[in-house]
Amino acid sequence: MLKQIEGSYAVADVVAMCRPNVISAYPITPQTHIVEGLALIVDEGRLEAEFVNVESEFSAASVVLGASAAGARTYTATTSQGLLLMSEVIYCIAGMRLPVVLTCANRAISAPLSIWNDQQDSMALRDAGWIQLHAEDNQEAADLHIQAFKIAEQTYLPVMVCMDGFILTHAFEPVDLPDPKEVDAFLPPFKPTNIVDPRWPRGIGLFADPRFYMETRYILHRAMEKSETTIKEVSSDFTKKFGRDSGGFLKTYNLKGADLVIVSMGSVVGTIKDLIDQLKEEGKNVGLLQICSYRPFPRKEIYNVLKDKMNIVVLEKSISLGRGGILASDVRWSFPRAEKKDRNISSFIAGLGGRNITQDDLRYMVEKVEKETVELEFLGLNKDLIAKKDL
Amino acid sequence: MKNTAQELERVEKKDLFASGHRACGGCGQALAARLVADAAGENTIACVATGCLEVFSSPYPDPAWRIPFLHSLFENASAVASGVEAAYKALNKGPVNIIAQGGDGSTADIGFQSISGMFERGHNVLYVCYDNEAYMNTGVQRSSFTPLGARTTTTPLGNKTRKKNLPLLAADHGIPYVATATVDDYRDLQKKVKTALSIEGPKYIHVLAPCPLGWGHHGEITIQICRLAKDTGLFPIYEIIDGKITNAKKIPVKVPVEEYLKLQGRFSHLFKKGAPSEVLAEIQEIANQNIERFNL
Repeated sequence: MLKQIEGSYAVADVVAMCRPNVISAYPITPQTHIVEGLALIVDEGRLEAEFVNVESEFSAASVVLGASAAGARTYTATTSQGLLLMSEVIYCIAGMRLPVVLTCANRAISAPLSIWNDQQDSMALRDAGWIQLHAEDNQEAADLHIQAFKIAEQTYLPVMVCMDGFILTHAFEPVDLPDPKEVDAFLPPFKPTNIVDPRWPRGIGLFADPRFYMETRYILHRAMEKSETTIKEVSSDFTKKFGRDSGGFLKTYNLKGADLVIVSMGSVVGTIKDLIDQLKEEGKNVGLLQICSYRPFPRKEIYNVLKDKMNIVVLEKSISLGRGGILASDVRWSFPRAEKKDRNISSFIAGLGGRNITQDDLRYMVEKVEKETVELEFLGLNKDLIAKKDL
Repeated sequence: MKNTAQELERVEKKDLFASGHRACGGCGQALAARLVADAAGENTIACVATGCLEVFSSPYPDPAWRIPFLHSLFENASAVASGVEAAYKALNKGPVNIIAQGGDGSTADIGFQSISGMFERGHNVLYVCYDNEAYMNTGVQRSSFTPLGARTTTTPLGNKTRKKNLPLLAADHGIPYVATATVDDYRDLQKKVKTALSIEGPKYIHVLAPCPLGWGHHGEITIQICRLAKDTGLFPIYEIIDGKITNAKKIPVKVPVEEYLKLQGRFSHLFKKGAPSEVLAEIQEIANQNIERFNL
């Protein structure tokens, strides 16, 4: 049913339809409305679950770790500093192969403190062994959560659903909320076997000396790679059942015949699509490659889709300080060495700390990369501010 | 489930924490963990913090635990146990005994926020702290449980502060049951575990667990060290039931603190020629205050 609803509450409603047994969270802007929504649903008895109000994100992640190890379907949500505070547990959850689902309401990282959107937070945990799925809009954010539980429980890998803070979490849009019965049919109850239970005493979280540790990491990496199949299957299954093309590895827009391709992920792709439409009217052919699954990274698909494209620009809301664009280096790595030479792959950093990414910014970027390859540029910098000595 | 008086007094030996683990000879923590597991019985889940106990008892592929064992990190045993408890409630499973356990560092320092949260939220979990008064797993560094005067690798001239009093802090959360115990009195420790597990809500048991390596005493006198810790008044044995201190164990013959301290290398500098006597006097003062406060 189509409903005009804030993104956070759409996610809360859909997560409740997935029937998690244990939810634990700690408040942090802009994640709060998601967990407030769930708290109300649980309090009103619309979802039978334990909602554990904890004293930190560290404990929120630890509670869902324990609950998942005891066989519960578990959910938490956080962002920014909260995700970083969780980071030790985040790695542990993946290492222990616990299918936790987490929403990251993407937000900038301190310092300076900023409550506004970019994607540095989830990017900081890209190597932790979590599947990371990025939503374009609130419909996809809602849909991805239904898929996330299924992917997590089929692969025994935790899934982080990333949605841009404020831009999505606080935006009112029409969202098609599914019938709970359809969700039940799509997502069967979670029945794990490797759990702490006195009927089958076993140790979970044993330590591994150098004879064993590397193999566990190899197996985890292989599981991440194998999850590619599951992500695609669950997404196409979802399309069959719900009629919407949400999730999967990547999507393209106006790619055929495009002279230039913009690669990006998250809510900014909406702005990019609008620009592409305008440019088309002006006689310019620009395409879009939108990444949904950032981890596992769709290297082969990117290559297949872009192998004939010689002019590519990567636009991202995060940076590896002292190195440059993170998504850009992932995209550059997607091409064999021999094919890199004649290919222009530019890298733009934009929208850090909630800076708006405007049509003008994007137009400037397109015009610039048509002329030259840009190694690295921050889009929309205020040069006067940089010249001031007090910043 | 309430225990009968006979059940409470019985010493349980079920080997749920098996021999063959990698603890040092005379390790107080290994003995305590076995007594706790055997008192709790098969229907128990152990959520263990990183530390000596975890390292010597849970190497892949041969852990010593014959009950379900769950470990993830150093500072979150209480939160993990909270999650296990929440899952059991949500899935309508159980009843089951959930025992979070860790050393003094993971309990009182890095895990303090986590344990405070678990107490405050009222989870039906027993937390057992094995107090060996320093970070032993990393090589004897000072913790907030390191007593006054004790030498550790990060207090090479002796610790300058008094020990944090976690049992009283725990009780101030309003939890229904708090107790202290040592490993020399099997019956008392196991009785307290059984009593705690019969009570709904968060429970805390603080066990003095001497570390021969860190304390500098011979492994065969671990039990004697425990007795002296009690008989000097330095480690009072009591329960706090619904906020009231009760069953404080009377000391038959009070012993000067020197008798306890001189058996341990970590205090040897206090007995060297020319060592200032104020520290010894203050340690005696701590014992006297305990004797008065708990009417030992």
